[in-house]
Amino acid sequence: MAKFAKKKDGDLPAVSTASLPDIVFMLLFFFMTVTTMKDSSLLVQNTLPNASEVKKLEKKDRVIYIYVGKPTREYQSVYGTEPKIQLNDKFADVNEVGTYILAERAKKPQELQNVLTTALKVDKDANMGLISDIKQKLRQVNALKVNYTTYEGDAFNNLQ
Amino acid sequence: MSKLKQAPEVNAGSMADIAFLLLIFFLVTASIETDVGLNRILPRESTDPFVEIKARNLLEIGINAKNQLMVEGDILPLEELRTKVVSFIDNGGLQTNDKDFCGYCKGERLAHLSEHPDQAIISITTSRDSDYAYYVSVQNEIIGAYNLLRNRESSRLYGIAYETLVQNYGEDIGPTEKMAIKGKIEAIRAMFPQKIIEPEVIHQ
Repeated sequence: MAKFAKKKDGDLPAVSTASLPDIVFMLLFFFMTVTTMKDSSLLVQNTLPNASEVKKLEKKDRVIYIYVGKPTREYQSVYGTEPKIQLNDKFADVNEVGTYILAERAKKPQELQNVLTTALKVDKDANMGLISDIKQKLRQVNALKVNYTTYEGDAFNNLQ
Repeated sequence: MSKLKQAPEVNAGSMADIAFLLLIFFLVTASIETDVGLNRILPRESTDPFVEIKARNLLEIGINAKNQLMVEGDILPLEELRTKVVSFIDNGGLQTNDKDFCGYCKGERLAHLSEHPDQAIISITTSRDSDYAYYVSVQNEIIGAYNLLRNRESSRLYGIAYETLVQNYGEDIGPTEKMAIKGKIEAIRAMFPQKIIEPEVIHQ
């Protein structure tokens, strides 16, 4: 009886890959929403300290970033291991902070110029001397709103 | 001839590859950056640095190069800083009949701590060699102390925590509601204004 034709063995049905793009797109959208674009590549090590009483920095267009930390390994042979300041895409001296802030402020629209915040992204191993110098410069150009950018966490973890 | 009527199916097999390519591009260019932190207002650059402050109204906090904390001349562990700051701000040390008497303070009204939260000033001095991480912890504890007091008064007056008020203010709400919340926030801030000064760093 040919009615019960014997199936050829080894002929597994192919797994449908039609939904694979959907899955990958889902991943893609997840990453697009949770991440932010890098606006400048980091030349310094930037492990931020922890703090618990944090506020979110809203409205990215109102923020000026200053990075401080030891130069990353590839720059250490040139710039040494002392903490340095990074403004935009290059290393800078403390004395350049004031002009940098003024230049950045001038780039922003008029109505935002009075509400700018300076975000200090400082590596946890930096020492206070450099930070106080920066703060002094910020006061001189009247950029008084600062944000010490941190990770959200227990502040006592900083002590180790 | 019936075969021609059917449109050929588009092969979607490579769609996944395209999507993966996009995904990898985003993984490379994007980074999960934090945008949270401690907001501070730096003191204005003063032309007249000599202001008379009563010693009782000033809480001096010092951080030395070995990351030790000194509060009013004594070494203090960081864990105790928050309670110390709270008791200092919330002291309300004036007499009951004084016109500036702090009615909402729940402190112990000691003679050597601040007269009124409005008068209380915290000064942080750091050595050039102290760690930034330690300084952030100290700032965190001070802000924590202020938040604790503001939450307490906000809960008492409006039945809602101060931090919730601030959070609600940032959300999409009507302008009248926004004004009401703004008024509350300003009232609470006026009760416990943050007065933190940072004198010039001690050179060593």
